[in-house]
Amino acid sequence: MDNILSVLVFFPAIAGLLGFVVHKESARAYGITVAAIEFLLSLWLWFSFDTANAGMQFMEMIPLIPDFGVSYYLGVDGISLFIIIMATLMTLIGMMSMSTTHNIKNMIITLLFLEMTMVGVFVSLDAIIFYLFWELSLVPMLYIIGAWGGPLRVYASVKFFLYTFAGSLIMLVGMLFVAYVYHNLTGVWSFAITDWYALVLPVDYQLWLFAAFFLGFAIKVPMFPFHTWLPYAHGQAPTIGSVILAAVLLKMGTYGFVRFSLPMFPDASVIAITPIAVISIIMIIYTAMVAYAQKDMKQVIAYSSVSHMGIIMLGIFAMNAEGIGGSVFQMLSHGIVSGALFMLVGVIYDRRHTKMMDEFGGLASVMPKYAVIFGIMLMAAVGLPLTIGFVGEFLVLLGFYQVSPIMTILAGTSIIIGAVYMLTVYKKSFFGPITNEANRTLKDLDAKETWSLVPLVLIVVWLGVYPKPVLGPIDNSVKAMLTFMDEKAITQEAKDMIQVARSVTKTGEVK
Amino acid sequence: MLQPINISLESLNLITLAPMLIAIAGGLIILVLNLINEKLHKSLYVMLTLLILFIDFGAVLGLNVNERGFFDVMLIDGISIISQLMIIVGSMIFIPLALTSKRFHEYSYPEFFALFLFMIAGFQFMAASDNLILIFVGIETASLALYTLIALHNRSNSYEAAVKYFTMGALAAAFYAMGSAVIYGLTGSVELYKISEILATRLNETGLMIAIFGSSVLLLVAFAFKLSLFPFHTWAPDVYEGASAPLAGYMSVVPKIAAFVVSVRIFGMYIDLGVEWVRIIILVLAVVTMTLANIMALVQEDVKRMLAYSSISHAGFIMAALALDTTEGTTSIFLYYALFMFTNLGAFSMLWISRHKNRRFNARYDHPYEKFAGFIQIMPVGAVIMGLFMLSLAGVPPFSIFWGKIYVMQAAVNSGYIWLAVVMGLNSAIAAYYYLKLIVYMFLKDPVKNVDTIYYNLSKPLMAVIGLATLATITAIFYVQPLISYLYYMISASGY
Repeated sequence: MDNILSVLVFFPAIAGLLGFVVHKESARAYGITVAAIEFLLSLWLWFSFDTANAGMQFMEMIPLIPDFGVSYYLGVDGISLFIIIMATLMTLIGMMSMSTTHNIKNMIITLLFLEMTMVGVFVSLDAIIFYLFWELSLVPMLYIIGAWGGPLRVYASVKFFLYTFAGSLIMLVGMLFVAYVYHNLTGVWSFAITDWYALVLPVDYQLWLFAAFFLGFAIKVPMFPFHTWLPYAHGQAPTIGSVILAAVLLKMGTYGFVRFSLPMFPDASVIAITPIAVISIIMIIYTAMVAYAQKDMKQVIAYSSVSHMGIIMLGIFAMNAEGIGGSVFQMLSHGIVSGALFMLVGVIYDRRHTKMMDEFGGLASVMPKYAVIFGIMLMAAVGLPLTIGFVGEFLVLLGFYQVSPIMTILAGTSIIIGAVYMLTVYKKSFFGPITNEANRTLKDLDAKETWSLVPLVLIVVWLGVYPKPVLGPIDNSVKAMLTFMDEKAITQEAKDMIQVARSVTKTGEVK
Repeated sequence: MLQPINISLESLNLITLAPMLIAIAGGLIILVLNLINEKLHKSLYVMLTLLILFIDFGAVLGLNVNERGFFDVMLIDGISIISQLMIIVGSMIFIPLALTSKRFHEYSYPEFFALFLFMIAGFQFMAASDNLILIFVGIETASLALYTLIALHNRSNSYEAAVKYFTMGALAAAFYAMGSAVIYGLTGSVELYKISEILATRLNETGLMIAIFGSSVLLLVAFAFKLSLFPFHTWAPDVYEGASAPLAGYMSVVPKIAAFVVSVRIFGMYIDLGVEWVRIIILVLAVVTMTLANIMALVQEDVKRMLAYSSISHAGFIMAALALDTTEGTTSIFLYYALFMFTNLGAFSMLWISRHKNRRFNARYDHPYEKFAGFIQIMPVGAVIMGLFMLSLAGVPPFSIFWGKIYVMQAAVNSGYIWLAVVMGLNSAIAAYYYLKLIVYMFLKDPVKNVDTIYYNLSKPLMAVIGLATLATITAIFYVQPLISYLYYMISASGY
């Protein structure tokens, strides 16, 4: 099946349309089945994926507006492959664990459309099609936050929409400019990213374009100081909204940097290393401190999420295979871990209708299973060795050490501060005597919740112990990209910074 | 002794006049029909008008590109054909909206339909001529008919709207006449192609520039009124509010297409002559219009007024493309309006179906936002369609207007106006807020009043029109390519 990517993109959308016919009593089962099929399809993609090939695979190209260079152009490489699988997995698990009952049919249909846009973003190789899915993903999220969210839901959803929309319009101007330059040089209109990669742009153009794309991506990541929409969105969103937002939507930003900014503007990216590293470190330390100060359990995880996105950003701008590969891996691990943590907060919220930590205490004695899984996820978030969080974080720090040891040490404090606030959450909520009588009668995880969370625990441990099946293809594609960037870079400074050969031997030993 | 005038009929090339004559004859037929039998139902007139427009459409399609006729005052070039086609298609979408389930008295007068056809003939004259006098005649024919159509609606503020539009229109006409007079004084001609030839030879005469400047400013003011550009836009929201919803939607598209054709001809000439300040003034007007109209739209409490300001902002957006004066820029004007037409008329039709004879939500407005609160629970399909129109207007891909927007922005980037593309992008972001506001009301709030008659006015023909507009909005990605290549071909064939 060569057109498996199209099937992956449009299967959920068609299922969503047909979902209007399904009776609302059965909507949930329908949604889970569809998401499971989609997940199996994405697994099929993995098994038919040629791991030795570092380039784009399963490419499809249909010209849509040839006069304008827009075509329906899809493809997948080692970098996007696993993010797609993670997206379909998290949609499936999110739906399985979902406790929403109000307007469930609308929720399922919205989620299926959202899944289409998420997969679409990661498989598009045409900038306009990428932009199309990117913008379209805002609409279902707006509805999810706005219709099922907390008291401030309308404010939060509109803020989320407008922030991202404004940033991405600037990015759109950047895309149009690249197309214009491409047209000037070749006489052909094209928005295909693979065509754009071939463009060697002067450094000043690169800087301006880097800035334009940066705005679009940085707001999505969200990088400091554009992160202010995120706590609102997470605070107000229903559990499923937070899960998808943290696990997949944020990754669109970091993926954008890897897919667009680095290969297209290698010289500008090298110039931007220091500023971005500084922002990332501020993001890591500052939001970790903010997380420590929160009283709301969900806000702690929301801020820790921003903090971990800082690590990912840092890794991307390490300009070597460990850093970028580690970042891509960390995207997966962050997706799974923060998704799971949001689900866990949802579990306790469903029972107590509060997320305030001072309401809890001693939960471990009444909800042992819950406490164990929460503990594992917490450790993974902190980056305990042999969990999925360690691999990515370690690789990123190792990668960035080659750029600047001092900054790496600063970034490394995230592990310490992270441990502090995460363990505080754990201590306040789970240990000690039960102080609040309402907590004494809480039920432990039911079958639905257990079955949603256990697979995630297994993945956390599996990829923590043996990450090679995933890291291998990622590493291949990242190295191919670095070699390409190295050849393309015009300034000597950039060529020195982008390290190709050295990293080949090391990644083998890391695991 | 006077020589007898000796002109062969062939040299007149009367076929160039055929489309307008068809519309006018159709209007007369409707009047005669009413004379014979007064009790005919509006549906007959609607269908008759549709058929006449259909013939008109065929007649325009049959014209050859780059012909002149009727003492050379008619100019059938690419943009005149595409704009006439768009005018007719817009009218064909508009006219079935008369078939509401409730009775509105304007449609029981056959004069409504006759005036409507005369108005179309007027627009077609504007589009198909480069003679300043004939353009003036076209503008006045169309405008006078339009004022009357507005006044026929059954609201007290319809008269206010009509009179306001009339006064402003008269002022604009005066500016236009003065501007043309200055040009005539300078060149001794009212034919744009001769004017441009003569001006080109005299461009470096000292003292002439001030006259050229004067004429351009007068003409710009005239068209800024017609296109509702800042600061000449103040009539627009009141007029849109007073007019019936379909007519407001119609006014935001069709008269503007006609006015844009004339603007392309006149101001394109100035820019081609190298009169840079015209470009600068147009750019300033465009940027200010889109920005201020957007900001004013943010604070509106009435959806119709919001859409009025949004239409002004879209007009400003397009106006910027005019300043580029490239083939792409001109193509983008027509592409944008071709896409905007369906979405905007669709959005106004959605207001039309919710029209009630009493203002039940607010004493001041017909369509306050509260009216649409919880629309998703009352009429899910309607809410989704209206939501699609709003997303399209906001420029969310893959809906129709997005393609118009990126084409305009690309045209701006290609001409080196990157700052303009950035301004357009930022404006789209501002605009997204007020479109979202309606979506928030429709999807995320609960109905404020008992859910009875929000779709009070719905009927099968209206559903068909809205369905067509929805289809055109959603499937834009598939027809943009043929549309662009046709428009680009026609426009480059006529040398713009």
